[in-house]
Amino acid sequence: MNYRSGRGAGYIAPLIVLVFLIVLPTFGSKFFVEFVVTRALILGLVASTIVFLSAYGGMVSLAQLLAYGVAGFVIGNCVPKASNKGLKLGLNPWVAVVAALVITAFVALILGALSSRTFGIYFLMLTLTYAVIGYYVFGQVATISGFGGITGLDPPSLFHGHARLYYLALAFSALAYIGFRAIRRTPFGVALEGIRDDPIRMASLGFHVPLHRALAFTLAGFVAAIAGVLNVWWNGQIDPNTVSISETIHLLIIAVIGGIGRLEGAWLGALVYVAANNYLRDLPLVDRIGLTEARFNTVVGLVVLGIVVLSPDGLMGLVDKVRNAAQKRTGVGRSAAPPRSAAHAALPNTS
Amino acid sequence: MLATWRRRRLPAIAVGLPIAFVVSWVLFFASGTSAGAAIHEPGKFLVTLLDGVTFAGLMFVVASGFTLIFGLMRTVNMAHGALFLLAAYIAIDLQQKMVGKSHNIEPRDVAVASWVVPMLVGAGVAAVLGIVIQQVFLRWNQGQDLRQALITVAISVIVADQLLARFGGLATRMIWPQAVTHFFKIFGQRYATSRLFMLGVALLVGALLWLWLNKTRMGLVIRAGVDDQGMVRALGINITAAFAVTFFVGALLAGMGGAMGASFAGVAPGADGQWLLNSLVVVIIGGLGSIKGAAAGSLLYGIVVAFSPAYLPTAYTFYAIILTFALLAVVLAVRPYGLFGKPE
Repeated sequence: MNYRSGRGAGYIAPLIVLVFLIVLPTFGSKFFVEFVVTRALILGLVASTIVFLSAYGGMVSLAQLLAYGVAGFVIGNCVPKASNKGLKLGLNPWVAVVAALVITAFVALILGALSSRTFGIYFLMLTLTYAVIGYYVFGQVATISGFGGITGLDPPSLFHGHARLYYLALAFSALAYIGFRAIRRTPFGVALEGIRDDPIRMASLGFHVPLHRALAFTLAGFVAAIAGVLNVWWNGQIDPNTVSISETIHLLIIAVIGGIGRLEGAWLGALVYVAANNYLRDLPLVDRIGLTEARFNTVVGLVVLGIVVLSPDGLMGLVDKVRNAAQKRTGVGRSAAPPRSAAHAALPNTS
Repeated sequence: MLATWRRRRLPAIAVGLPIAFVVSWVLFFASGTSAGAAIHEPGKFLVTLLDGVTFAGLMFVVASGFTLIFGLMRTVNMAHGALFLLAAYIAIDLQQKMVGKSHNIEPRDVAVASWVVPMLVGAGVAAVLGIVIQQVFLRWNQGQDLRQALITVAISVIVADQLLARFGGLATRMIWPQAVTHFFKIFGQRYATSRLFMLGVALLVGALLWLWLNKTRMGLVIRAGVDDQGMVRALGINITAAFAVTFFVGALLAGMGGAMGASFAGVAPGADGQWLLNSLVVVIIGGLGSIKGAAAGSLLYGIVVAFSPAYLPTAYTFYAIILTFALLAVVLAVRPYGLFGKPE
């Protein structure tokens, strides 16, 4: 497909959203901005790595939340001088950030290399296994955390105050969005898409298939690590439940709600998920049909079931449908609207 | 020359050296561990081995259902753990009704029937739910493996949450029947008969599975379907019926495992995820879709799970989980599709 078609047009909608998010704190409520949207941005950032791997590399990874957790645990072990748990290294917080990013990227490289020769559904299962083993490692190895986790982790003084964290999360989300889109135009990104579509042909063309996949996994782990650092600063604590199997599944669900083939979908899905988590109880009548917030998981499960059965493209798929319908009606058949490529296919055909 | 030699021998060395080290450690050194070297403490070694093999039996029952479904339909049933938990809760509930007590059930209250009947009922309910899932949600999107995995993820989230609402968050367990609740002495160590009973049930299940797959027409169709589905269809065989039966049996096995697991270690919310993990580890090691692989994978994994806490130095026993990962890493590094797996 032609990568350059409709170059400007594709950026208008994200730009509007970005401007809106920048001015949001001036009129949004403190709770909404600092808890709902900030949380959604952080979760969206880590979910975007699932989308990146899935849409560009054909790898549906369930280990992204693990990378996010590893970064958090590195911060938790490095920063505190005196704490109930962890190694208590008492390092400078900025050194800890560098350590978190480097260590997580390294872990992602190892895990990526180990799984780089497995494809499709095998890859999904293998990464799920990593995630669950990671959960038990942090839970059982008491020297680095234990099930209670590490508490009392404050962000560096520069980012005290949740509004600053909001802008930080927004900045990194925007960077990740632009970066992931830009990667598609690099030789690496094109090779990755080639590998997604036909690994055997790419291998016979001389590309090192496992290396490309491992590196993509490392990059995704690195971005997830950024989200993990933000999460620790936002949350003030980290414990193994952050990376538990149900949280891992919920992160996948976020990507699926938004549309697993679309980068924007990651943040949209995260916003819907966090908003549902916070505001479900306020909806009228939901408690009448037995869907109280205590049954949040049932609601989420039903929503995902509905989405996967009816609209595998997720919410972004619905957005596209509405836009296409509107365009048909107004007769503005723009050439700018890029054709749906395989990268946009909701669920990559993995076998 | 050197390159070929390296390519051929390196995996063998990479696998052989750690194995040799582990075996000699367990047999001769193992100082500062809770079990002690096997030549000095043969009883503890034997007990650990039995622990591993009996636990492997339970895992085989659960994981064989998982791998059976995958082998034929390429469906990764992420709701396998939820079916396990559902059957476990139903079996526990029914056992309490049959015994007439809701707590403090003693083994002497439990006749063989009030263990076997709840197990079969629980497994039956799981099997029926399994076939409903297959008919309603999976039948029409055969071949879209990721979509199917996501559908079963959603179902598992719903089922687990409803179980939490219905049965609460506390750990609960099923009681082995009186007839198998004994201890016997082995090299001076006490050992529970119920664990051997569990292994016996697993062997029975394995034998029945083998007979079904190898000696019946349905098994023939299923084995042919695993190899070449298109050809089976072209021969005019109704493989859709085989799909439904396979899903039924796969879910039934998850359910039987659920009742056994509930008697063996009890269940609580979260057990679904844990048993999904156990099934995944077993089939990733053994190779997806292969019953032989499920047996081999359960044995290896069960033995690692049993030996690592006993034979790690006592200060480091909480690193046992890392050995599970090491096992996985070694197998994957040498055989990316598992011991008995075939690439697509």
